[in-house]
Amino acid sequence: MSKIQVNGNEQILETDSVSVLELIKLNKVLNADMVSVQLNGEFVDREVYSSTVLKDNDEIDFLYFMGGGAN
Amino acid sequence: MDFTEDQIQRYSRHIILQDVGVEGQERINKGKVLIVGAGGLGAPVALYLAAAGVGTIGIIDGDVVDLSNLQRQVIHFTPDVNKAKVLSAKEKINQLNPDVKVITYYDLLTASNALDIIKDYDFVVDGTDNFPVKFLINDACVQAGKPFSHGGILRFEGQTITVLPGTACYRCVFHAPPPPNAVPTCSQAGVLGAIAGMLGTIQAAEVLKYLTGVGDLLTNRLLTFNAKTMDFRTIKVKHNHRCAVCGDHPTITELVDYEQATCEIKTHGEGVPHKALIQK
Ligand SMILES: [Zn+2]
Repeated sequence: MSKIQVNGNEQILETDSVSVLELIKLNKVLNADMVSVQLNGEFVDREVYSSTVLKDNDEIDFLYFMGGGAN
Repeated sequence: MDFTEDQIQRYSRHIILQDVGVEGQERINKGKVLIVGAGGLGAPVALYLAAAGVGTIGIIDGDVVDLSNLQRQVIHFTPDVNKAKVLSAKEKINQLNPDVKVITYYDLLTASNALDIIKDYDFVVDGTDNFPVKFLINDACVQAGKPFSHGGILRFEGQTITVLPGTACYRCVFHAPPPPNAVPTCSQAGVLGAIAGMLGTIQAAEVLKYLTGVGDLLTNRLLTFNAKTMDFRTIKVKHNHRCAVCGDHPTITELVDYEQATCEIKTHGEGVPHKALIQK
């Protein structure tokens, strides 16, 4: 079990070795392409989402693409 | 610059503001700002900058006013339906503040005209609604060393970041446009009208802070908010050394119309941008 911060809110991971990709799914992000992910202040490359495993006290930010503005 | 009596009265609430004063107001009146997109974000940005007395406001937009725009694009009125948005916006600005010189471009911002248009301005505001143009604005401004404000809205949410030469750019954070249809647009998913005003006025405040030199700009921080909870958050972001446009080894050294570059590599360089892809 580990305690992490997701977008500033605490989340408890019940199982070990949760990857960034799994966390994206756990947080019901519809499509991994909708977000850019920061782990402890560093951007995570899409290619390593599934191999990057979260540990206790990690801080994760999902930065959502927002394209609206004109129309 | 010597202010007339009328101008002193018009700008009095700025002039008495300790951090702005006569000097700050003069800087605003000498400022030249380009607004890309005269829509949901561009409308409040243009109105507040005009009211503040920004000396030159450039507006680029290739669209005409549609009835469905009026729910949030507050610079356009019902009789403006079918009128070019740049013309409708210019008319309102002229009525609001005759001090402002308005330059209109009834056109889309493309890889071939971007650098030529932005070179005349001190600051660029992204009020567009699609990723290829957002990345184009970023890349053009980074290459030209122009400060700009990125803005995006969707449903009940908004985000914005201010980018100065050397600070984290939009591409540092978001790398590349998402695959087509991965992220819904406002026309597909909707947007609460007032969200455009909330985000646009934040962008306008950033412009005025930049012109007057007051305060700390929203650099290296992405501001996001969700109006359902009214939670505002700023997330620290860092300049990304692997960024394709401002990193240590940039791979983007000339502008391309992004979707065209990825979908139609063969035609790159032949000039005519794919309007259907860049069009809103
Ligand atoms: Zn960058």
